Amino acid sequence: MSISLDSKTPKGPLAQQWDKHKFDLKLVNPANKRKFKVIVVGTGLAGGSAAATLAELGYDVHAFCFQDSPRRAHSIAAQGGINAAKNYQNDGDSVYRLFYDTIKGGDYRARESNVYRLAQVSTSIIDQCVAQGVPFAREYGGNLSNRSFGGAQVSRTFYARGQTGQQLLLGAYSALSRQIGLGAVKMHYRSEMLDLVMVNGHARGVVTRDLVSGKIETWAADAVVLATGGYGNVFFLSTNAQGSNVTATWRAHKRGALFANPCYTQIHPTCIPVSGDHQSKLTLMSESLRNDGRVWVPKDKADVGKDPRQIPEEKRDYYLERIYPAFGNLVPRDIASRAAKRMCDEGHGVGPGGLGVYLDFADAIKRIGRAAVADRYGNLFEMYQRITDESPYEVPMRIYPAVHYSMGGLWVDYNLMSNLPGLHVIGEANFSDHGANRLGASALMQGLADGYFILPYTIGNYLATSGQKKLTGEEPEFKAAAEDVRKRVSALLSIKGKRSPTSFHKELGKLVWDKCGMARNARGLQEALDRIPSLREEFWGNLNVLGDGDSYNVALEKAGRVADFMEFAELLCRDALEREESCGGHFREEYQSESGEAERNDEKFTYVAAWNYTGDVSKPELIKEPLIFEEVHPSTRSYK
Amino acid sequence: MNLTLKIWRQKDKATPGQFETIEAKDISPDMSFLEMLDVVSEEAQKKGFEPTAFDHDCREGICGMCSLVINGVPHGPEAATTTCQLHMRKFKDGDNIVIEPWRAAAFPVLRDLVVDRSAFDHIQQKGGFVSINTGGTPDGNAIPIAKQEADLAMDAASCIGCGACVAACKNASAMLFVAAKVSQYAHLPQGQAERSRRVLAMVEQHDAEGFGSCTNFGECEAVCPKEISVRVIAEMNRDYLRATLVGTNS
Repeated sequence: MSISLDSKTPKGPLAQQWDKHKFDLKLVNPANKRKFKVIVVGTGLAGGSAAATLAELGYDVHAFCFQDSPRRAHSIAAQGGINAAKNYQNDGDSVYRLFYDTIKGGDYRARESNVYRLAQVSTSIIDQCVAQGVPFAREYGGNLSNRSFGGAQVSRTFYARGQTGQQLLLGAYSALSRQIGLGAVKMHYRSEMLDLVMVNGHARGVVTRDLVSGKIETWAADAVVLATGGYGNVFFLSTNAQGSNVTATWRAHKRGALFANPCYTQIHPTCIPVSGDHQSKLTLMSESLRNDGRVWVPKDKADVGKDPRQIPEEKRDYYLERIYPAFGNLVPRDIASRAAKRMCDEGHGVGPGGLGVYLDFADAIKRIGRAAVADRYGNLFEMYQRITDESPYEVPMRIYPAVHYSMGGLWVDYNLMSNLPGLHVIGEANFSDHGANRLGASALMQGLADGYFILPYTIGNYLATSGQKKLTGEEPEFKAAAEDVRKRVSALLSIKGKRSPTSFHKELGKLVWDKCGMARNARGLQEALDRIPSLREEFWGNLNVLGDGDSYNVALEKAGRVADFMEFAELLCRDALEREESCGGHFREEYQSESGEAERNDEKFTYVAAWNYTGDVSKPELIKEPLIFEEVHPSTRSYK
Repeated sequence: MNLTLKIWRQKDKATPGQFETIEAKDISPDMSFLEMLDVVSEEAQKKGFEPTAFDHDCREGICGMCSLVINGVPHGPEAATTTCQLHMRKFKDGDNIVIEPWRAAAFPVLRDLVVDRSAFDHIQQKGGFVSINTGGTPDGNAIPIAKQEADLAMDAASCIGCGACVAACKNASAMLFVAAKVSQYAHLPQGQAERSRRVLAMVEQHDAEGFGSCTNFGECEAVCPKEISVRVIAEMNRDYLRATLVGTNS
C-alpha cells in the first residue's frame, strides 16, 4: 500500500497562511491541557524550547536527553549567530527577503509555506531571547548589534560573541529549568530513546535505556516529539558532538515514519583540517570569520609548501572574490566548500595532504586593528591555536570543508507532524525548511521557531482531535517494543567478535565520505551501496562489545548507534543515487556546468524524496511530495 | 611519545574504585587528550579490557561535559582550556599522567571518570532564569542595554557548567558557578525583578546539594576554562547581603 503525502499547506496568500492556520487549529481548553502527556526527546534548541513552552501552556511534559544535562545538547556549539528579519540596520531587510534568501539558499528544494512562516516568526525569537536575559552583542547606544552571514546581502545576524548557540541554548535551558523546578516537566537525564511505540496507528510512547543503570523502560503519552538533531556522524568525522546520532529518527523510520531527502548534507567550508588518523572530530571555525577573513590559495602550485607570509600578493588567488565578485567571501556554504575542493583537487591546496586553503586576516588587522579583530573573533582564534599550535594573528588560518549539518530528516507536514499521527519532529531532526542547503545562522532560527512558536500551536490541534484513549505503558505494544530493545542489546553483547564499534564506525564513515561526500557520482554511489550491506554483515558477525547491559557501558552505547548508522548510510547513498541532479549540498559530478557550478533538473526533481521502510533496509519505497513554487520562480542560483 | 597513565577505575557509585596503570604508546603530539584516551581504550579493548568511561561530547570546549583532573589540576596544565581542547604537545615523552574524576561529595562518581553533576541542574532550577513565558515579550530593542553591561553579563554567561571550579576548591564550593549565573542576570534589566529572590534561592540550593562554602582562595578562577573572574562572587555576595537585609520585595 502506498502512502500519499498531504503537506497540509494552508490555502491563500503566503503572507496570511500562518495567521489563518492558527485560527483554524483546534485548541485544547486550559483546564484540559494538564490531562495530556507529551514526550519530548532531545533538549537542544528545538526540544528544550518546546518542552519549556508546552509546560508553560499546561501540558504534562516528559523530556529525555542522553547527556548528563539538557545544557549539553550540541546546539551549544553553534558559534556565529541567529538570523531574524528585524531590519534594525535599515538595510532593506524584510520577512519577504529572509524568505526569499532562504528559498534561494536552499536551491529551490524547500516548501514555500514553511519557509515563509519561519521568516515571519524569526523576529519574535529575538524578542523572546532578549527577555530571557540572553546577552546578545550590543552597540554603544544600547541597541542590538548585527553582523553579515553567507548568502545574504543584509546584516540580519544577531550574535553573542562567538558563542551564540551556547547563549540561546542556555536561554532555552533556563526556561526548561524553571518548568522542571515547578514540577511541570519531568526531566530524564542520561536516558537514550531506543524505540518508538505505535498503538492503533498513533505514536504513543518510547522505549528508553537508562545509560547509567542499563534499565530499559517504556513511557506512554498522548504525543511524541522528536528533537534529536542530525545524522552528520554517519561520516564518522564531522563537526557534530561525539554522541550525536541517528538512532531516534531511524527507529521511528523503521516504525513507519518517512525519511526525507537524506542526501542533503551540508559540508561547512571553514573547518580545521584533519591532522591524523587519531582524529575523532572536526572543529568548525564560524562562518562569521568570512566577514573579515579573505580566502586564498597560491596561484603557483610550486608555492603550496611555502610560508604563506612569503607569498606576494600577485601570486595569491583570492578565488572566491575572483569567481563570485557580488558575494565574494560570503557566498553560501555549499558554493564555498566546492570551490575549496576544486582548488585542492587542482593542486593548489596547502597543509598536510594538500587539503586546505588559507583564511587570512592580515588585511583586516591592517584595516581595523588587532584589538578589533580580537573583539570579534578572539575566542575562535584561541581555539584554532590550541588545536593547531599556530596563531591566526600571525599566520593565515588553514581551513577545509567538513560535514556539518543535515538538511534531510524525518518528513513532516506544515504542522511539523510526520506521516505517523502523533509523531512530531522539530529542529534539525526534520527536513522542513532548508531545502538542499542551509544558510548560515538559520539552524538556530529554525530550532527555536519550531520549539517556541510553531509546535506549541500545532500539537494542540492533534491532541484536541486525535480521539485516542489513555494508555498506561503496560499495553502489549509497549511490552513488545521493550522486548525488541532488550533483544537488540543482548544481540550486540553476544557477538563476541574481534572489532570495536569505533573501528566499524571509522570504516563506514570513510566509505560514505569517499563515495557520498562533497562530490558524488553514480559509479561511486553504486559501489557504496554494494559495500554497505557486507560491512553491516561483518558488523553483526565480528563486533566486540565488552562488559554487560546492566551498567554504564560506553562501548554498548556506541555499538547501538553505529548499528543504526550502518542501515541509515545505505538510504543516504540510495537517495543520492536516485537524485540525478546537483542541488545545494548534493553535488553529482555528472550534473555540473562547464565552470563547475551545480546544475539542477527542475523538470524531473522538484520534489521531496520521502523514503518508506518496507521491512527490507535495502529496498525502501520512494514517495514523492511535489514542490510547488507560487511565489518565487526557481532560477539558476547565482552569487556572481 | 610514550606515556604512563594512572587512571581511576570504578565500577559504579557503590563500589570503591582504584587506580590502574596503563602504558600509552606512540602518542602523537597533535592528538587531543581525549583522542589519546580513545587510542588507549581501543588498544585495551583488543586485549579484552573494558574501555574507560569518561564524559565528553562536543570536543570543542563549549558543552562542558568533559571533566578530568589531570595531574591534580582540573582540565589539566593548560590555562583557559577544557580537557577536550588540551593537546598532547603539552606533555613530553616518558611523562607519568594521573587521571582522576572530579572529586566532591556533591558529584558522586557513576563510573570510572564519570561523575553525576545534576546538583548543578538543581541549583539552576531554583532560580537560574527570568520568570517569563514564551510570547508577549517587548521588542528586542525596546530596552537599551549599555554595551559594557551587556559585555559583563556575557563574561559571566560564558560559564559552561563543567564543575572544574568545584573540583579545584578545597571546600568543594560551587560559588563560581552560582555567582556566574547570578551576575549575568544582575547586569541585565531583564534580571532585576527577581534579583533578590534569585540569589537567595540559588545559594540555599547550593548549600542543600552539599557544596562547601567559599573562603576566597580563588582556585576556581585559576582552573576555569572560560576564565570567569571571582569578581562575580563578590557581586553575588553583595546581592546576597542586600537581599538578606532588605528582603525579596525589591
